[in-house]
Amino acid sequence: MNINLTIIGQAIAFFLFVVFCMKYVWPPITGALAERKKKIAEGLDAADRAERDLKLAQEKAADDMRSSKEEAAAIIEQANKRANQIVEEAKEQAREEANRVKASAQAELDQDVNRAKETLRAQVGALAIAGAEKILEASVDEKAHAKLVEKLAAEL
Amino acid sequence: MASGTVTSSEYISHHLTNLTFGNHPENGWSFAHGAQEAAEMGFWAINVDTMLWSIGLGVLFLWFFRKVATSVTSGVPGGAQNFVETIIEFVDDNVKSIFHHKSPVIAPLALTIFVWIFLMNLMDLVPIDWLPFVFAEMGVEYMKIVPTTDVNATGGIALSVFALILYYSIKQKGVSGFLKELSFQPLPKIFAPFNLFLELVGLLAKPVSLALRLFGNMYAGEMIFILIALLPFWAQWVLSVPWAIFHILIITLQAFIFMVLTIVYLAMAHDDH
Repeated sequence: MNINLTIIGQAIAFFLFVVFCMKYVWPPITGALAERKKKIAEGLDAADRAERDLKLAQEKAADDMRSSKEEAAAIIEQANKRANQIVEEAKEQAREEANRVKASAQAELDQDVNRAKETLRAQVGALAIAGAEKILEASVDEKAHAKLVEKLAAEL
Repeated sequence: MASGTVTSSEYISHHLTNLTFGNHPENGWSFAHGAQEAAEMGFWAINVDTMLWSIGLGVLFLWFFRKVATSVTSGVPGGAQNFVETIIEFVDDNVKSIFHHKSPVIAPLALTIFVWIFLMNLMDLVPIDWLPFVFAEMGVEYMKIVPTTDVNATGGIALSVFALILYYSIKQKGVSGFLKELSFQPLPKIFAPFNLFLELVGLLAKPVSLALRLFGNMYAGEMIFILIALLPFWAQWVLSVPWAIFHILIITLQAFIFMVLTIVYLAMAHDDH
């Protein structure tokens, strides 16, 4: 264990090694490490962002789906309503038409009945007079008894 | 393994002697033949094996890390980059948890200390006779391949760390601030000389403990490998394998401790008390 010049030599060698390490070894490698750290952080960030975007897109898609379903349901409902309305209208029209036809038929019928009644009445008057003439064997003044005959006919 | 003509103590001391080149009072500039001659050379001698192995390993470390650094990508890293990144992040985490100031020096310093010391310690796991044998065949008498078992290697790093402690203390607090910090605590101001003495001892203990802790651990570990190598060759694995496995923990731990303490000391140098 002699202390000799070696101790100085070692110190010089050590000094040179440290300087070399400090200038040419440490900075590039720690630089790369820092850069990789940054890259990884950015990558994680991007992944987070993408995930968030995906979630938003999914929500939007679900929203769109729901609103279009609602819209479709509304349209169908409206169409159904419209169809019912049309059917109702058609029914109403048909009913009215039927009523009208029935009413006109009824009127015609009434008219016919009245006419028949009139005719009948007139004929009954004549028949009654003729009958009376036959019975009385005498000519009855038609004009004098017209009132009486009419009264009779009206009572029929 | 000790050959027939070498005694155990010769074998041990051979393995604990550095290849020293220096100016011997009698032989002039030459490689020392044995620990005795190396000691006689005094301060003006150099442990060639320590220097070569430590610089070689340091260059290996920087070459590999530089190679990765030039082709570094922030995309998907390859195998080598993964490995380097793991080490760098480990060191960086330690620095960030201990050292709370901004400094471009501390983290690369910690990385260099950790990896370099780890590699030097790792040489301890190379079977202790292989490389010395190869070098002996090539005519090199001594070859200690674990630089951290040489107190000069650990001392050199610890001294550099000590210099940084002084530099940053003065840079952060100024000379007067640093002296105040040393003199005015832990006791009240009247005891300034006593405080100064206490704090100076504490300050000097930092590099000494750094150097001696690493040196002591590695020297002891090496010593145990040498002692195990004295057993008959067929019995060595019974002890050397468990010790080597345990030593994997020690060499990593020692490199880690050296790094963490360096960071702690420099953080203390930056902090105002």
